[in-house]
Amino acid sequence: MAKKGELGRVWDYVVNTQVWRSVMRHGYPDTPRNRSLAVLANLILHLHPIRLRKSGLRVRYTWCMGGLTFFLFLELTITGLLLMFYYRPTAEYAYNDIEYLRADVALGIMRELHRWGAHAMVISVWLHMMRVFMTGAYKPPREFNWSIGVILLVLTLLLSFTGYLLPWDQLAMWAVTVGTNMARATPVLGHEGPGASLVVVPYAEGAGTISVVHQASDVRFGLLGGRFVGAATILRFYVLHCVGFPLIAAFLIALHFWRVRKDGGISGPL
Amino acid sequence: MPLFIKEFLNNFFNPTVYVVISIIGFVVMMATYRVWTKPRIAMGLLALMVLFFIASWSDPNFNKIVTKPDNVPIVSLVFILGFFLWLSLRQAAINDERIERGEPPREATEANDRVLVWPDLVYSELICMVIFTAVLVLWSVFIPAPLEEPANPGKTPNPSKAPWYFLGLQEMLVYFDPWIAGVVLPTMIITGLICIPYCDKNPKGVGYYTLKERPFAITTFLFGFIVLWVTLIIMGTALRGPNWNFFGPYEKWDVHKLETLSNVNLSEYFWIHLLHKGLPEHWFARELPGILLILGYMFVMPPLLAATVCRKMFQQIGFLRYNIVILHLIVMAGMMIKMVLRWTINLKYIVFIPEYFFNI
Ligand code: HEM
Repeated sequence: MAKKGELGRVWDYVVNTQVWRSVMRHGYPDTPRNRSLAVLANLILHLHPIRLRKSGLRVRYTWCMGGLTFFLFLELTITGLLLMFYYRPTAEYAYNDIEYLRADVALGIMRELHRWGAHAMVISVWLHMMRVFMTGAYKPPREFNWSIGVILLVLTLLLSFTGYLLPWDQLAMWAVTVGTNMARATPVLGHEGPGASLVVVPYAEGAGTISVVHQASDVRFGLLGGRFVGAATILRFYVLHCVGFPLIAAFLIALHFWRVRKDGGISGPL
Repeated sequence: MPLFIKEFLNNFFNPTVYVVISIIGFVVMMATYRVWTKPRIAMGLLALMVLFFIASWSDPNFNKIVTKPDNVPIVSLVFILGFFLWLSLRQAAINDERIERGEPPREATEANDRVLVWPDLVYSELICMVIFTAVLVLWSVFIPAPLEEPANPGKTPNPSKAPWYFLGLQEMLVYFDPWIAGVVLPTMIITGLICIPYCDKNPKGVGYYTLKERPFAITTFLFGFIVLWVTLIIMGTALRGPNWNFFGPYEKWDVHKLETLSNVNLSEYFWIHLLHKGLPEHWFARELPGILLILGYMFVMPPLLAATVCRKMFQQIGFLRYNIVILHLIVMAGMMIKMVLRWTINLKYIVFIPEYFFNI
């Protein structure tokens, strides 16, 4: 776009420099062509299609919930990264580090942003699922994307759950204890689960059997890294919370967005 | 709020009443969706809810729970979910009336309009982002994140609650053993959700809000989400106190509240009360009635249903899909059945084989 006046000349000069042109491959997005290119040529924007149904644009249709969930995911990634500067996942330090964050770190609302953002993401992902359901958007050809969504929902809860432990206060420890106590009742794999007592190996000729699934070998033990929620658990949950689950979630979100496009964009009446 | 109303409500509510009322509320909501979603009536309902909160605010016990920082999202959830229920059912009501008149749904009138992502969508996303950043920052500035005492393995808090989004499952622990409440049910929620698109063969209702064209799917989903998931979370957060006892909305959480539990197993009902005999020695003989009942429920009822009530569904979706759907529905219904049996005849376990930790 040619601008008038002194400023316009500067603008024209800047956008014609080799540096600018190497970064921006299109002109100002005020023509259909440049607007298409604005989306196409941008790594982040090109998650979108070029055009979409007008009905799919309406907030009353999508509630903006998927977008909000993604926004919260990004927000949590950034604030989480900042929190990692201050937090050491060990039984000795974890609690004190959080206290320090609370009391002494300047502009310290990172922990709040992270905690409230996490609550909000759990809610927004439920509401997103509800809107997808209510608009029948899971029906062909979007069945698979719904399934990816369900896995994302589970990951969101797991991310929140593993994060719950990290402040290492009474609330954290006991909520996770209550939550993981269930695992000991896993059929066959938990030591108090149905069928677990049947998994045995012979001890010696005629000398009875020993059980394979017991307190120090069942799924709960594997989850906690011990028989109780303790130092090993913090480290495990920390690694899952900061590395494992976010990586899987990021990959699946990318796949989810890709599929939204490949399945014909936001759903609409045929 | 006058004391006698508070006392009445405290005494009136218990888990049975709470669940029954939420089910009745749900049924009424679905049946009258065209009426209550009218903006004026919906505003009236909202006003009632706000009034309830204002009237209860000064009560110390109510206030303590509602203003707890970690409960803020749950209280907001009540309003947010109410709003989105209204938004979706309102649009469904409008569309259903249009469809009855032979017109296409509202969304269809603009489905062929294609708009450019830049600037239309990108700008709405930006606005959404700015608004929500502001909300989060304000929320974070005004409500500091709580931090309790350092973790202490020797000191169990009472009540000990799971993270709030799992409180519905924790509520199920009242009625089921952990292997069902903590393992089987969550697994089946996930598999059930994943199976939805593959089992729902109704081609109607893609891309617009409607209830009339997919009444079964929507009612089942909302029943699971609202009644079995969200209202149980609210109960678990606000009305379950020390020892997981039930407390009314204005009741003090007294650690010493006693609730006598005298629950009876089905085997005792059968052998002792019905046949006037002792319990058989061997677990298999003892639990045979319960085992037969469960097997009948799981494996005999589905084909019976397929031949009678669910005949149409069976023909439409076929053998495999039918069995997947019915399995999940039966488990969902089983939750309700076990609850009702507990309330009415104090039934503890239908099958009780502690030898193998196998209790249903
Ligand atoms: C981390 C979690 C998730 C993120 C970031 C996410 C993001 C998105 C976004 C941005 C869209 C575009 C349309 C919209 O905003 O509504 C979308 C569409 C969709 N999502 Fe998700 N989603 C997530 C979880 C889920 C869940 C839990 C489900 C369902 C169980 C789901 C199923 C779908 C489906 C089927 C579509 C296509 C909808 C249509 O075409 O109308 N997603 N998602």
